[in-house]
Amino acid sequence: MEILTAIKRVPETGAKVSLTDDKRDIDTTSLGFTFSPHEECAVEESVQLVEEHGGNVTVLTLGPEDATEQLRSSIAMGADDGILLDGGDEEWGPVGTASAIAEAVEGSDTGYDLLLFGNESADAANHQVGVRVAEQLGLPCVTGIKDLEVADGTATAKREIPGGSEVYEIDLPAVITVKEGLNEPRYPSMRAKMQARKASVDQQSPEPRAEGLELVELEVPETDDSPAEILGESSEAAEDVVDVLEELEVV
Amino acid sequence: MVLTIVEHDDGELDDVSLQALALARDVAEQTGESLDAVAFGPGADAVAEAAGAHGVETLHTVEDDALADYAPEAYGRAVVQCAEELGTEAVIAPGTDRGAETLSHAAAKLDEPMAAEVTDVEVGEAYELTRQRWGGTLIEHSKLTADTNLLTVAANEVSPSETGGDAAAVEPFAPDVDDGDLRVQLTDIEQSDVEGVPLGEARVVVSGGRGTDGDFSELEALVERVPNAALGSSRAAVNEGWRPHDDQIGQTGAKIAPEIYIPAGISGAVQHMVGCKGAENILAINTDPEAAIIQKADYAVIADLHEVAPAIAEELEARGHAE
Repeated sequence: MEILTAIKRVPETGAKVSLTDDKRDIDTTSLGFTFSPHEECAVEESVQLVEEHGGNVTVLTLGPEDATEQLRSSIAMGADDGILLDGGDEEWGPVGTASAIAEAVEGSDTGYDLLLFGNESADAANHQVGVRVAEQLGLPCVTGIKDLEVADGTATAKREIPGGSEVYEIDLPAVITVKEGLNEPRYPSMRAKMQARKASVDQQSPEPRAEGLELVELEVPETDDSPAEILGESSEAAEDVVDVLEELEVV
Repeated sequence: MVLTIVEHDDGELDDVSLQALALARDVAEQTGESLDAVAFGPGADAVAEAAGAHGVETLHTVEDDALADYAPEAYGRAVVQCAEELGTEAVIAPGTDRGAETLSHAAAKLDEPMAAEVTDVEVGEAYELTRQRWGGTLIEHSKLTADTNLLTVAANEVSPSETGGDAAAVEPFAPDVDDGDLRVQLTDIEQSDVEGVPLGEARVVVSGGRGTDGDFSELEALVERVPNAALGSSRAAVNEGWRPHDDQIGQTGAKIAPEIYIPAGISGAVQHMVGCKGAENILAINTDPEAAIIQKADYAVIADLHEVAPAIAEELEARGHAE
């Protein structure tokens, strides 16, 4: 089976986020980069599916040229090929991103059986790229999946709800967006990382589209860092803890 | 007119839908439009009273048998048809899996932009939005320019507000969907074999992180002493294999909104805190007074959770709080 898995390069933010002077981006001068836990699970799932059913995993990203680093990380996890949709340094919105990915799929000689996405990107959280790609390609789609099985051209996909799961059956080819918890992503071996450095990455240059949603500026929210009331420094604080619970009427 | 997609469980509106209605009513008041809602499935008309009490004038109900079970693309199609027939200014959905999914389908079909995780709207020439990035660690101010403004409302950020209005007028709406729209449809609901209160619904959440050293027994015992309490964990504890991912609280796990949250042995990384920002109160138990979680907490006990948790359970028992 042929699987295309989409990822997005994002900064590894620490305990505190700081912004660039124009307030339009995170200041990444001292930050490393990664891709989100949802997408790590998407890559892991695609590698596992191909291990089970045979086939190929192509990992795709739209972003700056430096995003090849994240493609190579995915290749080290077991993906076969990488595609970079070179979007330059400007951030792309969900309309242009989805359109570029759908066009890359349409223009490819590979007939993909499954397109996997993260449920939402770690940074912009637009919650829509997978669905837009599916709509543009005329494929069925389900989002937010935490359990996936494929057999006989049909995917059984489960989405968590309070106290259980919703079950969807979806004929391939299809688009599925996933959440962390789907699997436990592997740590690639040093050897796999070395080999991934040499893997070839296909580059394409898509055209951006008008977005409709235009960034004005970012803001780091004020957090209430007023000191906590210290109830105690030993198990004797249990009395005060129970006082608090009684006051809140939760016991 | 401003149209809000509302979700319900056999006629009872869910909390995130009430939050979406509050933001939608604000938009409706700013634009001078009326507020309508659309509800799907059996029992949709039973929503009329609660919807009316939250400002909805007309409730459009889709009770077509073919759409009784949730079907993302068909629901998106129905929203498009309802919006086009009514000539809507904006369609607003709750920030749930279904809300985002349905509205994304509608956005793609309408070829319109969609803004997710919105917390505030100022209507000027364009919609000036405040929305969340990075699970709320970062706020985005942006402008939405569209013929139909499509928004999802960030969960647990906007307070529901009642107007005390009369029940909404109910108008059945019959969408025209075809088999293609029904390719994906809910086929089954599996009950979790995990007993107890779901994390998202608990009034008290106790959770453990790396500081548990993998031993959650005292925290489990504490949770059993408290009614409507659930046990959660940090991502670190899940990565160690100590807890299942379903217990994880954070940006890529469960979002909780309890009366009180009791993180024990959790350092309080930003990604964890965005999962519990809906908590009314935080009482941290940690041996490290410098841990970030102490800054974010309302109350703190600086001590070993393996000693404090059993002591709390004993004190509860001594005061007759048996569960």
